[in-house]
Amino acid sequence: MSAAAALAWQGVRGACLALPVLAAAVLAGAMIGETSLAPDLVLSVLVNKLAGAGLPVDPVDQGIIWSYRLPRALVAGACGAALAVTGVVLQALLRNALADPYILGISAGASTGAVAVTIAGLGGGALSLSFGAFNGALLAFGFVAILARAAGAGSSRAAAAQIVLAGIAGSQLFNALTAFIIAKSANADQARGIMFWLMGNLSGVRWPDVWLAVPLALAGWMVCRFHARALDAFTFGTDSAAALGIPVRRVQVVLIFATALMTAVMVSIVGSIGFVGLVIPHAARFLVGPGHRRLMPAAALTGAVFLIGADIVSRIIIPGQVLPIGVVTALIGAPAFAIILVRGQRTAR
Amino acid sequence: MRIEARSLSFSVRGKALLSDVSLSAQPGETLALVGPNGSGKSTLMRLLAGLARPSQGDVLLAEQPLARLSRREIAQRIAIVEQQADTAERITARSVVELGRTPWLSALRPWSGEDTRQVDKALRTVEMEAFAQREWATLSGGERQRLHIARALAQQPGLLLLDEPTNHLDIHHQLSILNCVRNLKVTAVVALHDLNQALTCDRVAVLSGGRLVASGTPQQALTPDTVSEVFGITARQVRDAGGGAPHLSFHLA
Ligand SMILES: Nc1ncnc2c1ncn2[C@@H]1O[C@H](COP(=O)(O)OP(=O)(O)OP(=O)(O)O)[C@@H](O)[C@H]1O
Ligand SMILES: [Mg+2]
Repeated sequence: MSAAAALAWQGVRGACLALPVLAAAVLAGAMIGETSLAPDLVLSVLVNKLAGAGLPVDPVDQGIIWSYRLPRALVAGACGAALAVTGVVLQALLRNALADPYILGISAGASTGAVAVTIAGLGGGALSLSFGAFNGALLAFGFVAILARAAGAGSSRAAAAQIVLAGIAGSQLFNALTAFIIAKSANADQARGIMFWLMGNLSGVRWPDVWLAVPLALAGWMVCRFHARALDAFTFGTDSAAALGIPVRRVQVVLIFATALMTAVMVSIVGSIGFVGLVIPHAARFLVGPGHRRLMPAAALTGAVFLIGADIVSRIIIPGQVLPIGVVTALIGAPAFAIILVRGQRTAR
Repeated sequence: MRIEARSLSFSVRGKALLSDVSLSAQPGETLALVGPNGSGKSTLMRLLAGLARPSQGDVLLAEQPLARLSRREIAQRIAIVEQQADTAERITARSVVELGRTPWLSALRPWSGEDTRQVDKALRTVEMEAFAQREWATLSGGERQRLHIARALAQQPGLLLLDEPTNHLDIHHQLSILNCVRNLKVTAVVALHDLNQALTCDRVAVLSGGRLVASGTPQQALTPDTVSEVFGITARQVRDAGGGAPHLSFHLA
């Protein structure tokens, strides 16, 4: 078998394993909610919408499934996968088990951007919250990147620590800016709305968000998967990676920018959902080990399924009310992770 | 693969760590690098491996300037075992050695049976086959050191740079690793603290305060006078009754 064929075969096999699981999760996301809908109803809606068949379906049910639940489940999946993969990449690159997608100041910047638009009235009402959040995120990341570069220039050994420290400084600064804007001009309702958004909120998600989030998550995943071997080479640090032939600077720049872009877009669509990017990578490591060629698909799949599940729970746990998804991810995720941690310790040789 | 350093100097923030060091090792030779703590052995190793750029001078690998090769091309020719390299990842012993295959793999050249064979061979060379599935954190210092050496061997380099490879090793493994390195057809540059082990190499270079103070055959470079002066001790050459090769014995001055 030629090398290219082997590679294609690997991809096909991976897709065959992952797609049914993802499809099942999305189907569950479309079925379960305040009103439960049967799976064949969901399938009929899909056939109607995608193939133009005229199967008889209640238009209200069709609207719920097609306009609300499906895009929501798809975006939740894309977002969960992107955050989990970002966590994997940053933990490997920065050699820090506590690294998460927000370690580079992105979530802090997004919230500043969001309050600048919604509360301080930047742009005179012409700008959307997502637009503000996205630009805030990129601004904060730019600040962190420049600070890290200035602080770490010339010493590759300490560079990882410098990036983390720059990220902390950037997060503190932008969080303070957010607090300042809220304290200065927000009323209690606005402040509560922003809090709600910051904890993660998928209720505003529609199809245009799907067309942004899903292709971006796929492309980002491919970039990261392509660098899996390079990330393995970082196991013993940057010098060791360089000695194994990895162009360290280029890999760092490409991966940090790719993950920053993914995170910024996801945060601007759904808010900064915590926990997924920190903990799913560790959970996936317990499942398939630390090798990045298997960890990358495993983390993406686990993250996607986890966040679709968390979204379902957030919609049904309190009848008549939607809980911020970040609350759910932490409430389910923390105990689940505790169990994995304890089990993993017991089975360790 | 021949390696040559041409008047290398290296300084960090105005502080000279190496000044005007020139040396070379012929294909297949083992060159021992000795000198007191802080004399610049590890720094020189990093320059030879292309991990740092010299402030002045050139490194030539098989007559080619190292600066002209890409990272990957260098890694296909040079393997380095650094003095310290540790990880918190829960990685197995075998996957550490598999990292050595990285410079030979790409998207279009995935892992193959040949790679598996090289990894097996390297594990056998350092007598670590039985540990292949053990987790890194559970291994002893010497076992980790042997895995790093196996990783470097799996890289199939033409030049092997070993920074204190016998560190942490028991006497059996010290001798067997050095023996293995000398028997390999690759050129090797080895930083050593045991001067009697340096005496068994093909050539020796003595560093002190970032300068080369002696180099040549072991007998030329490691004279009792040079050793005494560089390390601030009194060294004597002794022969044992069996009539073996002379070795050095030391006392505080
Ligand atoms: N980045 C740096 N900044 C300042 N000084 C440095 C730096 N790196 C190394 N040095 C200094 O350069 C000198 C040479 O260091 P090097 O690690 O090469 O010594 P060595 O010969 O390998 O010593 P050892 O036997 O202890 O391993 C030391 O005095 C060290 O403190
Ligand atoms: Mg040293």
